[in-house]
Amino acid sequence: MSILVDETKTVIVQGITGREGMARTQLMQRYGTRVVAGCTPAKGGQDVLGVPVFDTVMEAVEKMGSIDVSTIFVPAPLVKNAALEAIAAGIKLLVIVPDRVPIYDVLEIAAAAKDAGARFIGPNTLGLLSPGRAVFGMIGGSASSAKDWFLPGRVGVTSRSGGITSSIAYYLSRAGIGLSTIIHVGGDGIIGTDHPAVMELFESDPDTDCVVMFGEIGTSQEERVADLIASGKFTKPLVAYIGGKGAQSGTRFSHAGAIIEGDRGTHDGKVKRLREVGATVVDNFGDIPDAVKTIIRPMETAKIPIIE
Amino acid sequence: MVDNALCHCDIGSPGRATNRSKVIMARLHEYHGKQLLREAGFAVPKGQVVRSQGEVPAALAISGLPAVVKAQAWTTSRAAQGAIAIADNAGDVTAAAARMLSLKIGGFDVTEVLIEEKVDINREFYAGIVVDDANKTPVVIFSSIGGSGIEELARKYPKNVSKTPVDVRFGLREYEAREAVRKTGVTGSLQNELTKALLTLYRVARQWEARSAEINPLVLRGDGKLVACDCRITVDDSAVFRHPELKIEIAREFGRPPTALDKIAWSVEKDDYRGTFYFIEMARGYKKGEGFIGFHGAGGGGSMMSMDALVKRGYTIANFTDTSGNPPASKVYRAAKIILSQPNIDGYFGSGSGVASQEQFHSARGLVKAFWEENLSIPAVIRLGGNGEDKAIQILTEYTKNLPAPVEGYKKDDTADFCAQRMQKLLEAQPDKAAPRQMALPVTPDFTAKDPYSFETPTGKVVLDHALCRECQTKSCVQTCVPQILKNQDGVVVLNISREDAKAGKCIECLACEVECRIGGNSGGRVILPIPGLEEYRAKIMGA
Ligand code: SF4
Ligand code: SF4
Repeated sequence: MSILVDETKTVIVQGITGREGMARTQLMQRYGTRVVAGCTPAKGGQDVLGVPVFDTVMEAVEKMGSIDVSTIFVPAPLVKNAALEAIAAGIKLLVIVPDRVPIYDVLEIAAAAKDAGARFIGPNTLGLLSPGRAVFGMIGGSASSAKDWFLPGRVGVTSRSGGITSSIAYYLSRAGIGLSTIIHVGGDGIIGTDHPAVMELFESDPDTDCVVMFGEIGTSQEERVADLIASGKFTKPLVAYIGGKGAQSGTRFSHAGAIIEGDRGTHDGKVKRLREVGATVVDNFGDIPDAVKTIIRPMETAKIPIIE
Repeated sequence: MVDNALCHCDIGSPGRATNRSKVIMARLHEYHGKQLLREAGFAVPKGQVVRSQGEVPAALAISGLPAVVKAQAWTTSRAAQGAIAIADNAGDVTAAAARMLSLKIGGFDVTEVLIEEKVDINREFYAGIVVDDANKTPVVIFSSIGGSGIEELARKYPKNVSKTPVDVRFGLREYEAREAVRKTGVTGSLQNELTKALLTLYRVARQWEARSAEINPLVLRGDGKLVACDCRITVDDSAVFRHPELKIEIAREFGRPPTALDKIAWSVEKDDYRGTFYFIEMARGYKKGEGFIGFHGAGGGGSMMSMDALVKRGYTIANFTDTSGNPPASKVYRAAKIILSQPNIDGYFGSGSGVASQEQFHSARGLVKAFWEENLSIPAVIRLGGNGEDKAIQILTEYTKNLPAPVEGYKKDDTADFCAQRMQKLLEAQPDKAAPRQMALPVTPDFTAKDPYSFETPTGKVVLDHALCRECQTKSCVQTCVPQILKNQDGVVVLNISREDAKAGKCIECLACEVECRIGGNSGGRVILPIPGLEEYRAKIMGA
């Protein structure tokens, strides 16, 4: 099992005729994702990599039957409309890849998603991947890298940084620790599915034994994960690393979310809260695989990849 | 959480100034925020901003006496830093303004001072709109007992502080605003006025897409009117493009006014949507040999971790740079040129998450071109782990062998810590750390082609010297051009697409026709990528 992502789910790519949309469609297809439709307004009737393109998401659903997931690769100013369209067409999981989506647009998407019982990942996300099964978004960059780098197993990974999602997953795989699902929740301050929401999903996934979380300064996500542990809503072992220790001067680095705001959001505050509730917080990023190993026996199924 | 952003009260009451971790964003100065409030019908103190002593009389004519003099600076503790004064006569106002205009706050010059009427305070309230990351809604926060230390107040006096989530699609309703006020114990006509104030504030926040908008204090004047005595409005930097009238120079969240180099970097990023380039100067006024490192990261999380690795070894980050999200080689090149426009950095450190999705050889080519042009004389350690890393490291290290300083390249199995250790080793091995570094000037070396063939690219141009191409045996540019838009035609290389298509983006500025050409022992290909303002900038600091 996995959370949210597997090879049975049908996927539409919004913005499929663009540079990114096309490249990522190829990645998803080659990895095993069921891409059934694409959408670019006024370009209906074409076909991209064997995928039929429709003018609207509604039309795609009309012609192809209901679709489970939309991956969105349109320019940031157009994301709101694309996401609302997908929600209106009945799609229940959206993966919003672009960054720099205005906050109030995200809030509107969030309100619509809540009413429709839909969920979104991102914005500013590489997406999510379940090793050997499927990828929604662009984790790994190419299917062959994604196949090489990430091995199946029973550890979940959730991260606010895209590159770090890949590196944690790669370093764990290399250490013989396989993965159930890896998810980049997105680098922005306001995101659809944040660390606490992911924890709840991992909690109810029978095939995830342990979770690794990459947190960062800014937002209240990591503190709310600690709240979940404290209230018994997340009971699996958690290994965490919090980035941005040296960034306390108050400068914002690339992630829109990585800003200290008030008491919550500081590096030390997050580390302290998580340790108080019993999570393993490592000080060195490189210590993550060992920390996970001491918690779970490495999965025999995960083979050590050959590294040139 | 809703109580995240409620931490700024710095007006009028020196003893109560808070000094918390700063919130750094695309924020507006106080006077600018007040102007937006005034335009929306909110009462603000009469006043005007001055930029020199000579403008004081005109401002005084508006504000009258006594007046409050306030340096316009992005800090949470103006009062404690002598950046707020109350004066009874024109002489004192002028003196205070003059003094503030020579202040440095957070290392940056104060250039604007607000002079406004002193408001006769009857009672203080707090009103704020923030975005709640947990519930993903705007939240209205209102306090009937002022807002100094609002988080603390909310804990101690929950009956006097209300928090009201708003459905962003419908906006704040009148009854919701009234309820927010009523809950804190305010009744009668004051309740009416405060309800209106909250509705106006929400409208302003929504209109300008503020991540937070706070009025603190919101003052009930002696005459019964509500006045916004200080405000902080922080515009969502991703929405700045929709609000050109705000004239926000750089849609980035800085804790200070942008430096000249920040502005040059922003001009590179502004109109180029291919990937992200982020640059902030983090130190100034240091000397060569003092351990300042030019930092070039990729991806926020990995960059922060990589900086931590350097800081642990006792180095200081001269600048923060991030090129990520699959940027073209040209963008990485320009980033490197800008980083190398800091004459006193001791080393160049590039490291991101280590396992990048993007094809890393693009970055390698960008770096190599910049290092060549600069004839790099400070050691560089670059981690380019991820897709295409083998090719990337080969390009990076093979082609920089003849530079004065060592360039080392690492892959995904090398940690940021290890790379920082290598940086340290190389720096320690430098014979004369304080020796000055020459920056290339002109920034882009001249290229005079005997028989030029050129075409425009999205942000520059490619020039091929057909005189040299004719002699070239390898024609390596044809094979290595990533989008394959070049062809060999009668012994010279030309486009196999239209010039328009090349300019519109078919040429992805992968730099192969320059870098691979040179690697093949030829020199007929050159990609010219201007960086507006950099020439003058370098000339100025080298002249100084
Ligand atoms: S490799 Fe250089 S010299 Fe040779 S054809 Fe290409 S541009 Fe001309
Ligand atoms: S012409 Fe080809 S090789 Fe040269 S920069 Fe453009 S894309 Fe790259």
